[in-house]
Amino acid sequence: MKNETAKFALALGDDALTMGQRLSEWISNGPFLEEDIALANVALDFVGRARMFLGYAGELEGAGRSEDDLAFQRDCREFSNLLIFELPIGDFANTMARQYLVDAFEVPYFEALSDSADETIAAIAAKTVKECRYHLRRSRDWILRLGDGTEESHQRVQIAFDEVWPFVAELFEMPDYESRLFDAGIAVDRKALNSGWEQVVRETLQEATLSMPESDHAIRGGREGVHTEHLGFLLSDLQFMQRAYPGLQW
Amino acid sequence: MGEAAANIQIEPQVPASVVEALEGVVDPEIPVLTIRDLGVLRGVRMEDVCVVVTITPTYSGCPAMVEIQDNIDKALRDAGVESFRIETRLAPAWTTDWMSETGKRKLEEYGIAPPRRNSEVGCPQCGSANTKLVSQFGSTACKALYQCNACLEPFDHFKCH
Repeated sequence: MKNETAKFALALGDDALTMGQRLSEWISNGPFLEEDIALANVALDFVGRARMFLGYAGELEGAGRSEDDLAFQRDCREFSNLLIFELPIGDFANTMARQYLVDAFEVPYFEALSDSADETIAAIAAKTVKECRYHLRRSRDWILRLGDGTEESHQRVQIAFDEVWPFVAELFEMPDYESRLFDAGIAVDRKALNSGWEQVVRETLQEATLSMPESDHAIRGGREGVHTEHLGFLLSDLQFMQRAYPGLQW
Repeated sequence: MGEAAANIQIEPQVPASVVEALEGVVDPEIPVLTIRDLGVLRGVRMEDVCVVVTITPTYSGCPAMVEIQDNIDKALRDAGVESFRIETRLAPAWTTDWMSETGKRKLEEYGIAPPRRNSEVGCPQCGSANTKLVSQFGSTACKALYQCNACLEPFDHFKCH
């Protein structure tokens, strides 16, 4: 069970790390100053979450790997983040569509995970959910603004939702080890969150005058280390300094 | 001493000089607030001769937390404490409800609207309640950016968390 909990913590850490890295690509490129700062703040929340989960994964693993070792010294196939988190930032509409779909999932997910039988995971989840609520408030506002905005913003955010859509299915899938952790009270049943999430998203998109993507095409593989081609580029940015100068410290 | 200070557990065996040293540690971003005002300092206890300081992080990614730990380290060394340990406790998660009333007053005087539940965000410059939210996220993770509609000054609001 300890190995599986380590795997679980690693996966949640990888989700947060790849998302944090993506969001920080916006720094100094945001549409306006306040939004630039907001994107950086949200990125920081994800990176902070990654540190907690990866640190705990390393501790459970017991092989002496620190959060930094896990972040900077693994290659693509060893990353177990869901694909939705590694997708490129695209334009602002792409970034916000992904953010909204993720936030709408994470609020109920981390709420439920706060009751995990594993105390550390429960504590990290309880801390995370407070931040997710801010993220959701902001990303939801943006979806309404972009969807019900100009003809162009409407069109671009609709395209963004259609593009991200094949990657949402993975949010609700349970690898075997996660199902066992769920039976042990440590993990959360992702499948059970699907219909509630869909309803919330449907209402928001409707209010934003957008249409809910109907395609059931799903792209998966993240938890098994089978990634899109984008992850390698993300890691080469993220890991460059540690690869070039192993053990480098600020 | 606000209600927040009351739930900070400081064992009576802890020497007064240690408590005093810890109370001098301030937030690097908002230097008018001590870690006690903020509610980041959760407890101080003795394990034999070792001083154990428990802190709770504000936001997961807050870069100030590392600096706060370094500053606690320095303050204790400067106070001549030889044996100590800093423990980070995640649960219960930090909340602005732990901020002391003194802390809130100091924030307001510093020009930052303090976190107050179920109340309007008032302008710390002119006191007007006629203010608007400019951005959910301000210069640090804990703050939102507001503007006063009366005096037109922009200001930070320390978010309820």
